[in-house]
Amino acid sequence: MDYIGKSVIRQEAWDKVSGKAKYTADDSSPGILHAKLVVSPYAHARIKSIKTEKASHVFGVRAVLAGERFPLTGEEIRDRPPLATERVRYHGEAVALVVADTPHLAKKAADLIEIEYEPLPVVNNPTEALKKDAPLVHEQLGTYQKEERVYPVPGTNIANQTKIRKGNMEKGWAESEVTVEEYFSFSPSDHAAMETRCSMCEIRSNGDVVITSSSQAPFMIKRLIHEYFEVDIGKVIVETPFVGGGYGGKASIQLELLAYLACKAAGGRKVKLLNSREEDILTSPVHIGLDARVRLGSTEEGEIKAAELLFLFDGGAYSDKAADLSKAAAADCTGPYDIDNVWCNSLCMYTNHPYAAPFRGFSHSELLFAIERTMDSLAEKLGMDRLLLRYKNAIKPGDTTPTQVPLNKSNVGNLPACIRRLKEIIDWDEGVAKDIGNNKIRAKGVSCIWKTSTIESDAGSGVILTFNPDGSINLMSGIIEIGTGTKTVLAQILAERMKMEISQIHVQMEVNTQSTPEHWKTVASRGTFLAGRAVLEAAEDVIRQLKNIASCVLRAKASDLTVAFGKVFLRDDPSIGIDVKDIAYGYTFPNGNAIGGQIIGRGHYNLRHLTHMNKETGAGKPGPEWSVGAQAVEVEFDKRDLTYRIIRAVSVVDIGTVLNEMAAKGQVMGAMSMGLSFGSRETFKFDEFGRVMNSQLRTYRPIRYSEHPDYVVDFVVTPQVDAAYGARGAGEHGILGMPAALGNALSIAAGVKLNELPLTPELIWRVKKKEGFSDAFI
Amino acid sequence: MTAERSLSAVLNVNDEERAVHLKPTDTLLFVLREKLGLSGAKPGCLNGDCGACTVNIDGLAMKSCLMLAVESLNKKITTIEGLKGTPIQQAFVEHFAFQCGYCTPGFIMNCHAMLNTVPDANDDTIAEWLNSNICRCTGYQEIEGAVRSIVKKNQMNRKRP
Repeated sequence: MDYIGKSVIRQEAWDKVSGKAKYTADDSSPGILHAKLVVSPYAHARIKSIKTEKASHVFGVRAVLAGERFPLTGEEIRDRPPLATERVRYHGEAVALVVADTPHLAKKAADLIEIEYEPLPVVNNPTEALKKDAPLVHEQLGTYQKEERVYPVPGTNIANQTKIRKGNMEKGWAESEVTVEEYFSFSPSDHAAMETRCSMCEIRSNGDVVITSSSQAPFMIKRLIHEYFEVDIGKVIVETPFVGGGYGGKASIQLELLAYLACKAAGGRKVKLLNSREEDILTSPVHIGLDARVRLGSTEEGEIKAAELLFLFDGGAYSDKAADLSKAAAADCTGPYDIDNVWCNSLCMYTNHPYAAPFRGFSHSELLFAIERTMDSLAEKLGMDRLLLRYKNAIKPGDTTPTQVPLNKSNVGNLPACIRRLKEIIDWDEGVAKDIGNNKIRAKGVSCIWKTSTIESDAGSGVILTFNPDGSINLMSGIIEIGTGTKTVLAQILAERMKMEISQIHVQMEVNTQSTPEHWKTVASRGTFLAGRAVLEAAEDVIRQLKNIASCVLRAKASDLTVAFGKVFLRDDPSIGIDVKDIAYGYTFPNGNAIGGQIIGRGHYNLRHLTHMNKETGAGKPGPEWSVGAQAVEVEFDKRDLTYRIIRAVSVVDIGTVLNEMAAKGQVMGAMSMGLSFGSRETFKFDEFGRVMNSQLRTYRPIRYSEHPDYVVDFVVTPQVDAAYGARGAGEHGILGMPAALGNALSIAAGVKLNELPLTPELIWRVKKKEGFSDAFI
Repeated sequence: MTAERSLSAVLNVNDEERAVHLKPTDTLLFVLREKLGLSGAKPGCLNGDCGACTVNIDGLAMKSCLMLAVESLNKKITTIEGLKGTPIQQAFVEHFAFQCGYCTPGFIMNCHAMLNTVPDANDDTIAEWLNSNICRCTGYQEIEGAVRSIVKKNQMNRKRP
């Protein structure tokens, strides 16, 4: 058997190409009630009155919820009412909810709810939020319940602050002969998963709360419903079928809380709450925005001596996971470079914008845009080759991270090798820009990436294996199939370890928190690592059990036996053995005596030796390993109208051992596409009142088929010693350097510094205009 | 206030005559999913932007969120559930042309209609058709590979005497 690295077809492939794969909203059994939200048209306003009488008289309406105070929610700080009562803090915030027999009736009634608002001044970006005279988004910040290691500053709009203090800045600046300083800014945007979020809830007569949700974190839903609403944790059962794209957006718990409240209000009947696209973009949590300042100092030879970073994240109206995103950015604030003297303040700011969820890369594509654009500025100022500057400073085993974690050959990948490989693939030595005539320029931009996953220090994953009478195995893991193919990879890992046919492994795709062992959350590119280790441990467990039964039948010591190819046999004489299928349910001797029973294996893996980051210095070990890579984007730019085409995008990433080649390439390519889309066109357009003007897919427009460049994905392999077969995370890394590489390519092509996102021709025009660009010919 | 009145109708879906009660204002997508249990066509935007609800009407790709069910009377409706082991489905599987799978039925129905209409579509034609749909997981390159592989097969078959 040789399954590692093979492009094994996904287990659920045929279900997905034949319409049989079921997603949450596909359940339309009769009797389900439908909920509809009423959302705020203002970004910041006092709610003066809510009248629900007309709505409750609509035919088929079963419940109306408005104006009632529910417990405050939020993962880091409890600052968010599930339904706004006195005040709305962002455009699209849920204010009321109607439950009716059909979606149409619910909508009809929702439209009849009358809400009177009194608009308040808005905080329209994180830099404004930091000003002394800025309106406060949360006056009560000091009174909220919060987690221990989140540091809000009451009386300000700071929801969290993380400090990195490494080395000695005075020394760093003294040793720096050249310094650069750059400012960056981009607004929040959206995940835009094709499946809008959907949650269903039913309360059974015994009090069991059964939630079905399109979520990356069903076990977190279970925990939070228990914590917020005081339901016994064992009485909360969460089911998740296939999820139609997550990208972090479905790791936040939001719609589930409303579905639960709607269901409770409707007497426990099953209620479905399905986001419209507009609600999915506005009301549910979004992709975080950032204002940043980066200062780098280096010697004339290009050795970076000092880095000073200020990140002001646009966490939006509620802190939820944004507080954590700002911390993760601090942990990896320098990008993948060995810098001895580092000062970073990473602040999560409250604004009157939609609030943030995790987004693929967890604040890394954002911070890397700032760092990697500044690296290009530094290279220009030094008159140095852009890749050489990166190569010289590349992080390596023996170096330490900004949070002072010593790196070794296992916990960091091989960045210099990635850079060397990238250089060959993109023909770097031919030059960064080429005039190809007809007013067109081709330019290449590069960026380097890294990421660790700052997930909870005790995050874990469990796996259960059960045998079928034919010797095949059912594999149950709490990983959600959000599209990453992780469950197929788990089957590969099991087949490899058991030395059996992969067709004999049946993976349960749905997760049910009552019967599936817990996997913390399907996030942070940690699925294969955590669940992969759990699979290996479960495999050892069933191998031990198989050997024990076989040892009775074969009258040999268990330690003399081997399990492989569907058999248990004597290691030194494979002709003496027994088929796994004959002992998978125990063994019955000819006289009727039976031993054993169905073999059930279990395995578990928890992250180990992670530590909390120090409040004053950031020192601590926030994640298990750092994956690295080098990326490039090539554009064809029109000097006259400032439009461009993305011709080619390249990633060389060190994801350790590649377990499923086509699946891994697909992950990297898909992430690159998302990064290019974010970098080139995706953003919320806010008006002066903080309202989002583009909440549809025709005005918020992701990349489409004909706009895709040629993708090249290549791997450098530095196995992570303690991961299953040496695999590192792969789900996010493709996105990380794309906005930066695109920004670098376009800055070269346009001859101006482009430090905002998205990189639209209009932005390029505005920047060039400031520098005297004439557009008289247009 | 009372509920809107329904009418009885027979729709031809996937070569079956299906009796259904529908309202004049029901979209085809709503009737397929909620009345006929055909949940392969997906809601993604309900205003024609994303293409996840694409079905075939008399062999042409149509966004079922933009069509009323009554407009499909006396027409041949084909949904993803009506395709059984077609070359394009096989190609999507082999080329890893999907991840989460949510946009996949719409993409396949669009490709299916295109391949029946323009069996040897060139790259421009493919782009024109497939720009109707959004995929958020792949880089589209895998979908391109899947579609081109079928076009190539069609061209080879045609050249054979």
